[in-house]
Amino acid sequence: MDLTHSPADEEFRAEARAWLRAHVPRTPLPSLETEEGFAAHRSWEAELAADRWSVVSWPERFGGRDAGLPRWLVFEEEYWAAGAPGRVGQNGVSLLAPTLFEHGTEEQRARVLPPMATGEVVWAQAWSEPEAGSDLAALTSRAVRADGGWRLRGQKTWSSRAAFADRAFGLFRSDPAAAEPHQGLTYLMFDLRAPGVTVRPIGRLDGRPAFAELFLDDVFVPDEDVIGAPGDGWRIAMSAAGNERGLTLRSPGRFLASAARLRDLWRAQGSPEHARARVADALIAARAYQLFTYSAASRVLDGARLGPESSMNKVFWSELDLALHETALDLLGAEGELADGAWSEGYVFSLAGPIYAGTNEIQRDIVAERLLGLPKGRR
Amino acid sequence: MRFLLDAEQRSFAESLRAMLTAAGTPAVIRDWGRGEHAGGRALWARIAEAGVFGLAVPEEYGGLGPHPVELAVAFVELGRHAVPGPLAETVGAAVLLGEPPLAERFLPALAAGKDLATVAAPCGHAVDGDAASVRLAPAPEGLYLSTAAAGPVRRSLDPARRLARLAPGGELLTPRPPYAEALTWIRLATAAQALGVGLALLDRTVAHVRQRTQFGVCVGSFQAVKHRLADAKTALEFARPLLFGAAVSLRPAEVAAAELTACEAAYSTARTALHLHGAIGYTAEYDLSLWLTKARALRSAWGTPEECRDLVLAEGL
Repeated sequence: MDLTHSPADEEFRAEARAWLRAHVPRTPLPSLETEEGFAAHRSWEAELAADRWSVVSWPERFGGRDAGLPRWLVFEEEYWAAGAPGRVGQNGVSLLAPTLFEHGTEEQRARVLPPMATGEVVWAQAWSEPEAGSDLAALTSRAVRADGGWRLRGQKTWSSRAAFADRAFGLFRSDPAAAEPHQGLTYLMFDLRAPGVTVRPIGRLDGRPAFAELFLDDVFVPDEDVIGAPGDGWRIAMSAAGNERGLTLRSPGRFLASAARLRDLWRAQGSPEHARARVADALIAARAYQLFTYSAASRVLDGARLGPESSMNKVFWSELDLALHETALDLLGAEGELADGAWSEGYVFSLAGPIYAGTNEIQRDIVAERLLGLPKGRR
Repeated sequence: MRFLLDAEQRSFAESLRAMLTAAGTPAVIRDWGRGEHAGGRALWARIAEAGVFGLAVPEEYGGLGPHPVELAVAFVELGRHAVPGPLAETVGAAVLLGEPPLAERFLPALAAGKDLATVAAPCGHAVDGDAASVRLAPAPEGLYLSTAAAGPVRRSLDPARRLARLAPGGELLTPRPPYAEALTWIRLATAAQALGVGLALLDRTVAHVRQRTQFGVCVGSFQAVKHRLADAKTALEFARPLLFGAAVSLRPAEVAAAELTACEAAYSTARTALHLHGAIGYTAEYDLSLWLTKARALRSAWGTPEECRDLVLAEGL
């Protein structure tokens, strides 16, 4: 049981802290779910990338620093503590990149990863469909074999970042005759500006176009943009789902920073008794999440793979994020309803947490069935 | 950074678990609750033999410690089996009496399991004041060794906890006992015990809902049942790293956070366990009751949730 970071990791921490202190914008960037804010966040990614801070865990040849998990956790702690901007490239970096590292070809990695690292190409995810949400394997969008590639037909929805992003990745049904719903699916990358793609932005709860519907009408995708073997898409997508739910999507650094901000807000408001317990509980939960993650990271370093315990992560961080923001709004009193408050957009974002990346009900089913060994039943 | 139990620590837990499972604690607990201590003392001796009470005692006084991580490992197992007796209090006593000349006088017998120690809580109750041979009463002028339990033993909701007041006065052992440090160790032990209680409640409830059939299917296949158990599992698994993080740092605020979280997780698991067992869980004769009631008692035994939160807010994590 050792919670101390190595001297080399502490040096890395100091270097990251100094860089962030010099570069983090003094005034917050406009919301990344607006055209202007998206562009500003894209520039911020380029600034990070210029000094190789945008994807520290990646190999150096793709723009990273070969940081192992402990060092990545250190970076995230520093990043969020510095009040640095949200990450517009998150979908690509935390979902597509791990998939490419595991299942992609070297050609794909060399072509896709460097512009992802600089923010030159921002990725959207294209999983859900109007009739396939929690039951993702029910998806019906087709990938039809064509000369030298595939043609995509169908509709995707709730596609995060798609309103302003450049490219997207998702699952398509390439073999409709397959015996099981999760068979005959293919994992593809495609251009959101390709002929046949229509992007219809959807206003999130606060009206900002944080996601979009995608209409795909015979969109050509070359073979080089298929990840893994055609028909093997479900297995490939699920191998990255653990990332989305767990370790790499929501790092402890985020919640430690939010909990510290919440404590500061509470003190600034005169430490009101009505919020005392909730502020303390947020601090404790953020610390619990950090230590839980250190423990998971230690197991990964020992060669373990993260399995269904990622589902506990997802329930925990999404509920913590909501509780943090709800407490902050309550502390703000009547000002809590203002749409442009310091906690408002975070609050709106946190409301989606229990829904995306597999609803918390799906996660609880996974915990019950795969960690506790309870039998499958009706959903 | 390697935040995992090592092979030796895991095998320590496994051997304790095997020993306690073989001992069959429910019968021992019920005897203890009636004031029949023989079985409990025999079990105590075996726990001491495994080295548990030496973990807070330095080697020079017959112990192995201080080893707070191993202590947490051990107390999770003691909680898992609802072992009766002043467990956390004996650990706390070893810290209170940790300086010479008291250390030479008291610690070897505590480490060896020959003496059971209790410490009066701020409310005045001392757990197992009748069974303990070392009865410590912190007072404004210092730490007293009380000569006897005074007055009738009061029953706790947890039948294994026999609460007694200590006779006032006695021998003033030291004017300045390390009370804050002792409280930290007691809270660490309590947190670990609570986590073990919660884990046992979860295991028993999972086993129950897998075999209990209603409407022609096992009740564990119902989503309403699964989700309560998934929440219990999640709460316990997030309390675990707080416990071991607190054992590593021994900072009072971290220990308070661990105690609060482990006790809350155990208590909410107890509520789930009671509910999912249905009426059978609401009976004293069914052994589940021994864990259900302990989860409630530990929650406020050595610091209420509010006291723990105060420490977290005052000192930070």
